[in-house]
Amino acid sequence: MGMDPNTRLRKFHQAKWDEPIIFELSQPGERGVLMPTADSLIEEEVGDGLSALPPDILRREPPALPELGQMQVLKHFLRLSQENLGADLNVDVGQGTCTMKYSPKINEQFARSPKFTEVHPLQPEESVQGILQIIHELDLFLREISGLDRFSFQPGGGSHAILGMASMVRAYHEARKEADQRDEIITTIFSHPSDYSAASVLGYKVINLYPDNDGMPDLEALQAAVSPRTAALFITNPEDTGIYNARIAEFTRTVHEAGGLCGYDQANANGILGITRAREAGFDLCFFNLHKTFSSPHGCGGPGSGALGATEALREFLPVPLVEVDGGRYFLDYDLPNTIGKIRSFYGVMPAVLKAYSWIMALGAEGLEEAARVAVLNNNYLFRKVLGIRGATAPYAEGHHRIEQVRYSWETLFNETGVGTWDITCRLADFGMHMWSSHHPFIVPEPMTLEPTESYSKAELDEYVAVLQQVSKEAYENPELVKTAPHRSVTHRPGHDTLDDPEKWAVTWRSYVKKCAQGKRDRI
Amino acid sequence: MSRNKTRVHPYIPNSVPEVQREMLAEIGAASIDELYQDIPEHLRFRGTMNLPEPLVAENDLKRHVLKVLARNSTCEEKVSFLGGGCWQHFVPAVCDEIQGRSEFLTGYAGEPFEDHGRFQALFEYESLMAELLDMDVVNVPTYDWLQAASTSIRMAARITGRSEALVSDTIAPDRLSAIRNYCRGIVKITLVSHCPDTGRLDLEHLRGLLSEDVACVYFENPSYFGCIDDQGQAISDLAHDIGALSVVGADPISLGVLKPPSQYGADIVCGDIQPLGMHMQFGGGQAGFIATRDEERFVMEYPSRLFGIETTSEPGEYGFGDVTYDRTSFAHREKAKEFIGTATALWGITAGVYLALAGPQGMKEVGQTILQNSLYARKKISELQGVQIRFPKAHCFKEFVADFGPSGKPVGTINEHLMREGIFGGLDLSGSFPALGSAALFCVTEIHKKEDIDALVGAVGKALEA
Amino acid sequence: MKNLGLIINPIAGMGGKVGLKGTDGEETLQRARSLGATPESPRRAAEALQALAGRSEDLRFVTAPESMGEEVLMGLGRAPEVLDMEVGSRTAARHTMYAAARMRDRGVDLLLFAGGDGTARDILAQVQDQVVCLGIPTGVKMHSAVFAVNPSRAGELAGQYLFEEPLRTRAAEVMDIDETALREGHVHARLFGYLTIPYRRGHVQGLKAGSTEEETTIQKAIAAGIVENMDAGTTYIIGPGTTTAEIMKLLMLDFSLVGVDLVRDGTLLGRDLSETDLLALLGEEPASIIVTPVGGQGYLFGRGNQPISARVIRKVGRDRIMIVATPNKLSSLRGEPLRVDSGDAVTDRWLAGYYRVVSGYRDRSVYRIAEG
Repeated sequence: MGMDPNTRLRKFHQAKWDEPIIFELSQPGERGVLMPTADSLIEEEVGDGLSALPPDILRREPPALPELGQMQVLKHFLRLSQENLGADLNVDVGQGTCTMKYSPKINEQFARSPKFTEVHPLQPEESVQGILQIIHELDLFLREISGLDRFSFQPGGGSHAILGMASMVRAYHEARKEADQRDEIITTIFSHPSDYSAASVLGYKVINLYPDNDGMPDLEALQAAVSPRTAALFITNPEDTGIYNARIAEFTRTVHEAGGLCGYDQANANGILGITRAREAGFDLCFFNLHKTFSSPHGCGGPGSGALGATEALREFLPVPLVEVDGGRYFLDYDLPNTIGKIRSFYGVMPAVLKAYSWIMALGAEGLEEAARVAVLNNNYLFRKVLGIRGATAPYAEGHHRIEQVRYSWETLFNETGVGTWDITCRLADFGMHMWSSHHPFIVPEPMTLEPTESYSKAELDEYVAVLQQVSKEAYENPELVKTAPHRSVTHRPGHDTLDDPEKWAVTWRSYVKKCAQGKRDRI
Repeated sequence: MSRNKTRVHPYIPNSVPEVQREMLAEIGAASIDELYQDIPEHLRFRGTMNLPEPLVAENDLKRHVLKVLARNSTCEEKVSFLGGGCWQHFVPAVCDEIQGRSEFLTGYAGEPFEDHGRFQALFEYESLMAELLDMDVVNVPTYDWLQAASTSIRMAARITGRSEALVSDTIAPDRLSAIRNYCRGIVKITLVSHCPDTGRLDLEHLRGLLSEDVACVYFENPSYFGCIDDQGQAISDLAHDIGALSVVGADPISLGVLKPPSQYGADIVCGDIQPLGMHMQFGGGQAGFIATRDEERFVMEYPSRLFGIETTSEPGEYGFGDVTYDRTSFAHREKAKEFIGTATALWGITAGVYLALAGPQGMKEVGQTILQNSLYARKKISELQGVQIRFPKAHCFKEFVADFGPSGKPVGTINEHLMREGIFGGLDLSGSFPALGSAALFCVTEIHKKEDIDALVGAVGKALEA
Repeated sequence: MKNLGLIINPIAGMGGKVGLKGTDGEETLQRARSLGATPESPRRAAEALQALAGRSEDLRFVTAPESMGEEVLMGLGRAPEVLDMEVGSRTAARHTMYAAARMRDRGVDLLLFAGGDGTARDILAQVQDQVVCLGIPTGVKMHSAVFAVNPSRAGELAGQYLFEEPLRTRAAEVMDIDETALREGHVHARLFGYLTIPYRRGHVQGLKAGSTEEETTIQKAIAAGIVENMDAGTTYIIGPGTTTAEIMKLLMLDFSLVGVDLVRDGTLLGRDLSETDLLALLGEEPASIIVTPVGGQGYLFGRGNQPISARVIRKVGRDRIMIVATPNKLSSLRGEPLRVDSGDAVTDRWLAGYYRVVSGYRDRSVYRIAEG
C-alpha cells in the first residue's frame, strides 16, 4: 500500500549503517587513489625533490591518515550520505528562515561543466568572458529585483554580507569624517544574530530594538534610539515572524534624518519577489542569500553566497572588483575610489552565482513573482492548518495573514503535556521530517518556524500537517513515545556529557582516542 | 491586481490554478493578493521587473547557459601556470561523486540524528585534517583563507588580551587587505619585512618589533611567493618569549612532505583547503581552516562550529554535537566572538574524502611530485637569458617568482606571447610588488606533465627573444 | 542514587478557593477553614511526583513527617527517609524552616517544595544558595520566580535535572507581598533573596548561527561596561538584583543583595538604605540610578526596591536612570513593557517612554516603560 493515503503517515525508517569512524576502517597498505608522479626525465634532472631540501623542513612521520581502497572510501561516504536528510528527500518546510526550496538539477549540470570548473580566477579577462557575462547579468537581475543600483557577489554568505554592509557603512562615515562619532548600529531582536554580531565585529555598539506587543518592530523605540551616534539601521522585513512591517519607509526615513544609512537583510526575500523592493522601502544597502531565495543548494552549511547591493551613491564603497561591460566586452573593475577592499577571495562563490543566474533565467519576472506568491499561499495554507492542531499557537498579529513563514509556539502543548519543541523535533524525524525551532531570541517560547517556500505540493504540505497532528495527538495520549523519540531515525537522542567539559570533549578522532586512553572518558 | 495565469512551472507545483483555488478556499481568502494585505500600496511594486524572457523549456535553458559558458577558455584546454591563492590540482572522481550527492548537497541544519551523516562526515574532515596538521582541534570550515587568517589573528588577540599583530609582508595582498578590514580599530597590523635572496622572514626586523603589545606573529609557509621558510621554530620561539602566539598560514597539500607548523611551534594554523578536492570554479571553491591545540583557552575563542563525538541515549551508538556551543569566556576588549553563518561545509566534506583517498602515501606522493615539477620548471626558466629568478636561495613549493626585468619586457607582453601558444603564464606581480621588478608568479602542480613545462619554457624563451 | 528532598506546606493554597489572599497567620487560616477550604498542596505535590514515577529505583526521598510530605509519599507507595522532628496538626513556618535546614545539612541533590511565596521565603531563610530548589506551585500568591508553571512540569523538571543532561541553574527571586498592606489595598512586594533553581535553556541543537552566552557571563559583561564608564564624583544608587550585584562584586564592595546601596568613586557610601537615608545622602553632586527589573512582572520600580521612591527618582532625574538587564531577562517579559509603581501616579506617568537598557558590554536594547 505504501504511505497510508488517509492518514498520510509513513512507516518511515531512515537508513542506519552504524558506520564506524573512517579511521576504524583503515588497512595499512590499501590505496584510495594514486597520485601522478614526476616524469622520469624530470627526476633525472632535479632528483627526488626531497633530498634537496634542508631535512629540518621535511615531515618526519607521515600523517596518520587512514588507508582504504577506493571503493571502500566511496562506500563509506555514500553510506553517510544516506544518513542525511537533505531537502531533496523530505518535505523540508520545517527549517524556517532557511528557505529550503528546490535546487534544480539542471543547474548542477552547469556547475559541473568543465567550462566552469576548470577556470582559474586570474585568467586573462578575454578568456573568461562567459562567466563574467553571467556575473554581470545576475547583477542586472538583482538590480531589477531590488531596485538598487549595483551588486557585488564577493561575500561568502549572508553573515559575510552583513560584514560587508557594516564595512561600507564605516567607509561612508569615514569619508564624511563622522566615523568616530557614529559608532552605533541599530537592529531588531528578530533579526538574524549576525546582524548584531557582524556589526559588532567591526567595533560598532549595537542597539537592539524590542518589538511592540504585536511582535512588530517598534517605530517609537527606533525614534528613541536614533541620535547623532547612529551609523546605520540593519533590519529584515518581513522578520522571522513572517509579519511584514508596513511602516518600513518611516523606519528608513527616521534613520536617514538622523544621518544614518539603512541596510536591508533580505534573507526573507522569498515571499516578496516582484511584490515589494528595497528601493521603495528606502534602503541604501541590501543583500540576498543566493543559497536561499535563489535556489543554490545549502550544501550542509555552505558554500553559500551573499549578494551585496548598493545604491549608486554607495557604489564607491563596494568590495572590489565589480564586473563591468564596455561594448560587449566584460572586464573587472578595481577602480572604486573608496572601496572597502576585499572581504573574500576573488569574486565570490561562483557556483552559487551560476545557479542563481540559471534559476532566474528559467523563471523570468513572471516566474519569480509566481514563486513568491505561491510561497505566500503555501505558508498561509499551512498556517491555517497548523493552528487547527491542538497545542499549537502563533503569537502576534492575530487575524493577519503572514508572508513567507510563521513563527509558532508549542507552549500550550508543553504546559498541558510536558512535550516541548525539542521533543517534537525528535519525533518528527521518525516520519522523515525536519523541524527547526529557530535561533535566538526565545521571546516566543517553545518555538517552531515553518517556511514552506513554493517548492512543495499541496499533498506534501498536507502530509507535513498530518505528521504534526499525529505528534500532537501522541503528546496528549502517549507523551513518553514523543519524549523518547527519535525511534526510526539514524541515531537516538544525542547526549551531552562531554560537549561542554574541556577534560572530555573531542573535536577530532585523535583527541577522542587520547582521552579514552587517559581515562578521561569512556569509549562509546 | 488580478492575474491571468498563463503557465504552470515545474518548480512550483502549486501554480496549478485548480490547486490554488482549493487552497485559498481553505484559507478563506479570495485571492493571493489578499494575503499581501499587510503591505501598503505605497510600498507595492506595480511595475514589471525587466528580466529576460524566461527559458522555461529545460533544453532551451541548457543551450543558453552552455553557450554562454562556451565563451570561457579553460585550464584543460590551455595549459595554465596560474596560482596565487587558487590552484589547479587533481580532483579525484570520488570527490566529485560524494560532493554531488543530493543528500549532502541539499542538507542544511538538521539535528545530529536525522543529519547524522553530515555530522560524521564533518567530524571526519576535522579528524583527517587534524592528522595532516598534527593538531587536535580543527573547525568546520569558514569562507576561505582570508577569513581564516583574519579570524586567527583576532583569536590570538582575544587569547592574549593584546592588540597588535606582526604580519609578514610576503602574504597575499588580498589576505592583507581582508585582514586590515577585519582588524581595523581592534588589532593593529604591523608588517615585518623579508630577506630578498631567501624570501625568509627578516628575524632582525621581527626582533625589533616584538613587544608586550604583540598578540601574535603571522606568516605564511610557503609564502605567497612559494618560498619555504625554515626559521619556523625560531620565529615561534621569538613570539613565545614575549608571550605572543605563533600563527602560520599553510598549504595543506604540502603537508605530506613539509613539516606541519605545529611541529615548529605554531599555536594557530590556518589556510585554504581548495587544493584538497575542489575544482577551481573561477575562485568559487575556496574554504578556510583553523586549527589549534586542544586547550580550553583556544577552543573557547573559535567563532566556528566544532563538531565533537558523543554518546546517544542508545549505548554503543556514535553521536555528535556541537562542542561548547556557548563560548562562555568573556574578554574585556573583544566585544563579540565574531559571527557564525553558512560558510563552506560541503567543501569540508569533500576535503575529508580527498584525504581519505590519498592516505599518508598519497599525500607524500602528491607533495613530492609538486616539488619535483616546480623545481624543474624553476630550473629551466632560470637557464633562459633575460630572466632572473627571485629569491634564488629559497627552497620553493609549488610556486616561484621569475623577473623578466633583465629582458626589458613587461610580464604582460610575455603573457600575450604565451596566450598565443595556448598557455596561461604566471601571475603578473609587477602591480602589487613593484620591488620585484617585472615579475610573474608561476605555479606548477602535480597535474603538469614534462611536455607542459617544456612548452612553457620554450614559449617564454621565444617571448624573451622576440 | 539521587536524594530528593520534599517539603509540603499543607495549608498553602487553602485561601484561594474561598477568596482569601493567602493563609498567613492563624486568624486567616481559621477563616479559610470556616469557609470550607481544604488542603490543596498535598494533591498537587502528588501530581508532581507522578512525573517521577519511572525513577523510583534511583531516587531516595527525604521528607518531613506526616502532612509535610510523609503521608503523600507513603500514599504513592514510596517509603521515604523521614526527618526526626515534631509536626502535629497545626503546621507553621518554623516547621518548614526546620525541615529545610535539616535537609541542607544532610545534603540533598534537589529540594522540591509545595507551597507559595511564604513557603519559598521560609526555605530561603535556611537554605540560601546552598541547595538547588524547585517550587511546586500550590499557594495563592506566587510572585516568586522559583516555581514551575504547574505541578506536572515541576516533577518533570526535577527528573530532568537529576537524571538527564546537565541542566543549568540560575538564581530566581523570592518575593513576598506584605499581607496586611495588601488587605488594605496596597501592594508592597519585598525581595527576600534568591534561591538556586534548575532551568531548561532554550533548545540549542541544530542552530545555524550565533552562540548564546551564559547568563552570568552577560551579567559580568554588563557590569564591566558600567564600571568602566562610571563618572568620578557621581553618586550611584544601585538597586537590588543579580545583575546589579555583579557591579558591586566587580567594585569589590560589601553590598546588600536585596537592598538599595549607594556608591561613589568606587566607595560604598551606604548599604541597604531606606528612602530617608537616600534623600539624606544625596547632595548637590550629580547622581544616577542603576536598576534592573525585579520579579516576573517586569517592574522596574516598586517591587523590591521601594526605597528608590518617587521623590528619589525626581531628585535624580529621569535621564539619569540606567536600566541594566540581560537579553534573557528582556525576553522573559514576552513583549510586555516594563512597569513602574513609584508610589506616585504622576511620577509613574512621567517615567513612561523608551529607554536604552544596558544589555551587554557595549550593547544596548531599547525598551519601553509603560504608562500606568
